[in-house]
Amino acid sequence: MGMTMTQKILAAHAGLAQVKAGQLIKAKLDLVLGNDITTPVAVKEFNKIGVSEVFDKSKVAIVPDHFTPNKDIKAAEQCKFIREFAHDKEIENYFEVGEMGIEHALIPEKGLVVPGDVVIGADSHTCTYGALGAFSTGVGSTDMAAGMATGEAWFKVPSAIKFVLTGKPSKWVSGKDIILHIIGLIGVDGALYRSMEFVGDGIKHLSMDSRFTMANMAIEAGAKNGIFPVDELTLAYVKEHSTKEYTIYEADEDAEYDEVYHIDLSEIRPTVAFPHLPDNTRTIDNVGDIEIDQVVIGSCTNGRIEDIRMAAQILAGKKVKKGVRVIIFPATQKIYLQALKEGLIEQLVEAGAVFSTPTCGPCLGGHMGILAAGERCVATTNRNFVGRMGHPESEVYLASPAVAAASALTGKITNPEDIMD
Amino acid sequence: MKQAQGTVFKYGSNVDTDVIIPARYLNTSDPAELAKYCLIDLDKTFVDRVKPGDIIVAEKNFGCGSSREHAPIALKAAGVSVVIAETFARIFYRNALNIGLPILECPEAVKGISDGDQVAVDFSTGIITNLTKNETYQAQPFPEFMQELINSGGLIKSISKK
Ligand code: SF4
Repeated sequence: MGMTMTQKILAAHAGLAQVKAGQLIKAKLDLVLGNDITTPVAVKEFNKIGVSEVFDKSKVAIVPDHFTPNKDIKAAEQCKFIREFAHDKEIENYFEVGEMGIEHALIPEKGLVVPGDVVIGADSHTCTYGALGAFSTGVGSTDMAAGMATGEAWFKVPSAIKFVLTGKPSKWVSGKDIILHIIGLIGVDGALYRSMEFVGDGIKHLSMDSRFTMANMAIEAGAKNGIFPVDELTLAYVKEHSTKEYTIYEADEDAEYDEVYHIDLSEIRPTVAFPHLPDNTRTIDNVGDIEIDQVVIGSCTNGRIEDIRMAAQILAGKKVKKGVRVIIFPATQKIYLQALKEGLIEQLVEAGAVFSTPTCGPCLGGHMGILAAGERCVATTNRNFVGRMGHPESEVYLASPAVAAASALTGKITNPEDIMD
Repeated sequence: MKQAQGTVFKYGSNVDTDVIIPARYLNTSDPAELAKYCLIDLDKTFVDRVKPGDIIVAEKNFGCGSSREHAPIALKAAGVSVVIAETFARIFYRNALNIGLPILECPEAVKGISDGDQVAVDFSTGIITNLTKNETYQAQPFPEFMQELINSGGLIKSISKK
């Protein structure tokens, strides 16, 4: 019986010729990742195991990105704790403020993941690297600890849902609209325990940044991972960012899928997820009048250069609506610098937005843009759960950078098509 | 294996890790500290009402969202002895077993049990007894590899032995 792309990667890392859905395997890890919230718990567990070194100093990455630059004393203590661990264990990929970024944008940018890799991260959005044709999935701190000690992890081989993408998305539709559309279609547990494998002609119209956005939100459908085939665009990205050896895996022609969805990208409309679940989606044509207090553009979902360009394209030469707070945070230092060089920051600041250092910040209600009771925010982030960005009575609407920027101009959720040509 | 018995707190579908323990309290990993804010954004009265041994029963996709292990840690430290749900989000499932918070998938129990019921769970047989309604339900047994993990006392103990 044929294997899915995910199954082939897992089989190779388990040293097996064949695996099937439901099978328990132990796979070798190419990278183990953690952040400033999950790593402290992992370090405590690691210390109980009784090994003195991590399995491979070049294959562990620790990124303090959530509450950094340290938002309070407790956060500072947590960061200090993991900094000392990283120093003590001589972990090569520890990224301090000044070189860090939001982990899921930073790790691919640093070339630490390439096609065919198996990666676990103590952060649910570790699934982002599926955009590069790697198997990557979120785990907890204890799994991170075990991974750092042994270089291996247990997995139950997942079955998969296939999404056949065809057609070309229209001008103001990007990866965010497509993935929100899909989550709306299958629900927040629609892919529970399974892989989401994206295939089809339409993929060639999706930039790497759009693919990262889509793989990133696979977890919002409950998936174990989301994965894209490797094409010329992927290889160009890999060449630019990494010197690591890669392996291209393809799904077998007779691979079995639990379900197959056909999606014509040309038909997808800008899409918004209403509070309080990512599957509570509506197309922009059906949002009605939703007034907003804040706009957030950034995060591991949409804080990449293309997203900031999109925001600048819409906001340049205009003014944000008086009374609306617009916060833009690039995902990494490199993206920040690129935005600076291209003049995007100037355009955005002149329009009335604030531009933040890379951090998870408001995405998880950490700092830098917390909402009060009754306030509404349009955000390019990935979760709109109760209390996600602050007060439990605040509301988060998930959208693309184009919709978010257009909304910044009008003070209500707005279709970019109505503002731009 | 041990038994659990307690009063049920019943919730709906998609109880996410952000309501189990909001990010604003994640600047610590101290279980007792986390327990103080457990479920605060879903049920403000939970922390005051919960007693050691009490049981959470919820519908689908319990624990969806982030990978924060602080979520099962907070529940365990608050005194919750077991979570029974129709389905669990996969990272939460893994984390709960790794840190030793028992969880059971059992749609019939979720259907039968009401908020406030007295319920007992026998982990070795997977039998859930509703003492208030005088009913029993059979939970899915753990997959074999999970059983091994549990028997050896969680993931860290299982690898430390080697
Ligand atoms: S940007 Fe948001 S979703 Fe992404 S890693 Fe940070 S907190 Fe998590």
